[in-house]
Amino acid sequence: MVKIENKDMQWGRIENILDEALNKSQAAEVYMAVIEETPVYLEANRVKSIRSSESTVVALRIFKDGRIGYGAGNDPDDAVPIVSAAVETSSFGAQADFEMPSPAKYTTPDIYDESVNSASLEELLVQSQNMAEKLIEHTPGLVCNGGAAKEVAAVYIANSSGLSESYSRTEYSIGIAGVLTRGTDMLFVGDEASDCHVINDAGKVVHNVLDQLDRASSTSKISSGKYPVIFTPNGFASALAAPLMAGFNGKLVLEKASPLAGKIGRKLMDDKFSLYDDTLLPCRPTSRPFDDEGIPSKRLPLIEKGIVKSFYYDLRTAALAGTKSTGHGQRSGGHPSPAPGAFGVPVGETSFEDLLSGMKEGLIIEHLMGASQGNVLGGDFSGNVLLGYKVESGKITGRVKDTVVFGNTYVLLKEIAALGSDGRWVGGIFTPSILFPAISVASKA
Amino acid sequence: MHIEDVASELSKLFKKHRADYIEAHLEETQSSSIGYRGRVLENVSKGISTGGNIRALVNGGWGFISFNSLSNLEQRIGLAVEQARLVGKEKIKLAEVAPVCDTVRVQPSRNPLLISLQRKKELLDHYNDIIWSAPSLQTSTIRYGDAFRKSVFASSEGALIVQERSDVMLNLSAVATDGKDVQQAHISTGSPGDFRAIEVMDDRIAEMAGNASKLLAAPQVKGGEYTVVLDPVLAGVFVHEAFGHLSESDHVYENEQLRQIMELGKRFGSDKLNIVDGAAVPDLRGSYKYDDEGVPSTKTYLIKNGVLTGRLHSRETAAKMGERPTGNARAVNYRFPPIVRMTNTYIEPGESSFNEIIADIKEGVYAVNWYGGTTSMEMFTFSAAESYMIKNGKIGELMRPVTLSGNVFDTLANIDAIVCDLGFNEGGGCGKAGQSPLPVSNGSPHIRIQKCLVGGKK
Repeated sequence: MVKIENKDMQWGRIENILDEALNKSQAAEVYMAVIEETPVYLEANRVKSIRSSESTVVALRIFKDGRIGYGAGNDPDDAVPIVSAAVETSSFGAQADFEMPSPAKYTTPDIYDESVNSASLEELLVQSQNMAEKLIEHTPGLVCNGGAAKEVAAVYIANSSGLSESYSRTEYSIGIAGVLTRGTDMLFVGDEASDCHVINDAGKVVHNVLDQLDRASSTSKISSGKYPVIFTPNGFASALAAPLMAGFNGKLVLEKASPLAGKIGRKLMDDKFSLYDDTLLPCRPTSRPFDDEGIPSKRLPLIEKGIVKSFYYDLRTAALAGTKSTGHGQRSGGHPSPAPGAFGVPVGETSFEDLLSGMKEGLIIEHLMGASQGNVLGGDFSGNVLLGYKVESGKITGRVKDTVVFGNTYVLLKEIAALGSDGRWVGGIFTPSILFPAISVASKA
Repeated sequence: MHIEDVASELSKLFKKHRADYIEAHLEETQSSSIGYRGRVLENVSKGISTGGNIRALVNGGWGFISFNSLSNLEQRIGLAVEQARLVGKEKIKLAEVAPVCDTVRVQPSRNPLLISLQRKKELLDHYNDIIWSAPSLQTSTIRYGDAFRKSVFASSEGALIVQERSDVMLNLSAVATDGKDVQQAHISTGSPGDFRAIEVMDDRIAEMAGNASKLLAAPQVKGGEYTVVLDPVLAGVFVHEAFGHLSESDHVYENEQLRQIMELGKRFGSDKLNIVDGAAVPDLRGSYKYDDEGVPSTKTYLIKNGVLTGRLHSRETAAKMGERPTGNARAVNYRFPPIVRMTNTYIEPGESSFNEIIADIKEGVYAVNWYGGTTSMEMFTFSAAESYMIKNGKIGELMRPVTLSGNVFDTLANIDAIVCDLGFNEGGGCGKAGQSPLPVSNGSPHIRIQKCLVGGKK
């Protein structure tokens, strides 16, 4: 593999861009990320391709005559076009109403493991193939896609307030999705995991998918009405997370577009429900010592025992809102803006089996499709149950089809029947299974 | 180093490596974007991006390497070939295509980079003034983006294509509140590079902003099965989401069951139903001359007179299924390999008038404009931005947005009326396999669907 070039060389380039920019502006900031990614792709049950990608992003932000200018490119040796783009855009850029941060104290969580970098392609390949084989052995006819991937990234930030910091992180991820087609009926199953260390044991992911296959092995019907519903961690992530991620976004709060605006200190949710954003957790690909503007990471309470505690901010939004950045400035191809790091819901004490056992007639939602369409800001969700099971007298009786559930996240979270003890990560969200007492279900007769 | 200079060296480099097939893509993209939140100009940015990739095929295995720096190309070709060899197990064929050498330039009138940031900003300032003249507004967003891309495609078969493409995207949204409730309305539009296409939108934008506040007072549709009439924008999203993705052969070619469902010659709808996809349909955001495998674009009938007649192919899927390549292999940029994608997908116009198709509806829903849509092959959900009740053959009151959901096959069969008013939605960006947003367009006339599941209040 091509190695990430040594850091001294990168700092030389960054300082050069910063110097060039400061010749033409009053303050400047250079952000650079160098990412090397190598995924092995499994398609239709066999490894079909290996892709590797090296990418470099350089972004320059300047303050010139009180306005923000921005230019980006991917050749750090060529400062001229990046600096001139920043100067050109500054003439009608937004007002520079914040200060670039000075150096601070940073905690670097456990986010780098050289063994991810040195994992061989053969290892990734064999692991991908093994996951598929185990699933096909259980369910012949299943068509699996997925794979394993490793990533190494180095992030640099420097500004004219004296900040000059960098960190490296690694990510190892595995995932597998299966489709079983019978006539015009299709069953979708899948699971994934990621870590900053090598995931040697894919057993958990395979086990979760096998569970899905077993639970969906027969079909069951549910008639339209209101039922108790369990959202599994996957179900929560697919249906309820998007409204919350938007609702706590400082920018939407500032505009009063979030229904949570002005509600700090108010109890809006069930006592059992707390929510944190934590970018200091060890081993998580979402963790980092500082955000994309150089603000130190922290564990941020969003909801504690049902009470709204705080919102997440980047520098500029925080300045406009008269508060401080919480270290949630993130760049996704442009200016930084507030973005969630890693959302976590602390687990409860009820085992998944006990959540089930009290249910006379209800639904388990493993994946809701299209849930984040509609009025997400208002908390509304409505979606087709892509993978979900009917529960009768405490037992799963099979998979439901042609079923739509709808409701409002904020209304739902006011009353939680029980929180599971089975928390796990689904992408950037950690949550247990959650049992709600009554959700509207519509199904095709 | 310019990509056209590098490209001429590639054919020599390909010959040094043993592979069944090697191709290279090199790209230079210039882009600009302007964003507003509420009344405030939030960001203006300009970017340049240069990069490329090498894709190699050895014994059915693909190796793929993408990069920003155009140096060490020979070493990168070697690495891609090595990766391909590691996964290759059995020989596969690529559909035969005559290697093309051609240069396709964008006319200056279609290059948004030749328009100053100042002029772009003035237009958006004007649009923002229109949005903010609407009542009860809480916030709004405007996102403008454009790009001009020059790409070089070279293959070990001797193809060398230089192609320029440009794209303009504009999204506007308005969010209204009455203190308790929040509702939103939006417009997404674009063009294949022509800035003039977004210059005359005053009336549409005023109506959009007004709708956000009107929706606050609108009642919700009671959930259940209805006869639904879709406007051209929403019907276009439906045909893209619900049917278009099913026509992408990479989903089909290695899945025996799906292959049986999608058997050519099978009836999917009434005689009136014709569905087309094609980059050769000119002047739309999904139009181009060559795809990212150097295959000339085509116009493909997916459904003709209700019967499945075609599907979308890359060279690999076409060879595997023994069908002709359709020029649908596309990559969103050089960081990704080309995969089977849609281009301009639409339902052809029928003969009915709008008034005719609503005349005999006692109670139905008229669903207008799109908010989003997604599909899992068999099942789809898509959201309308506005909806109206249809009562006794007349369009009635404005209702809250609805989500429509159902089984693709049932729904296609339930399309029983097609109007003559074909319109295109140029605001779409399609996502697949992590490659998003790919410029596409979709279109349709008004269509009527019987027995469609509408999510709403119980």
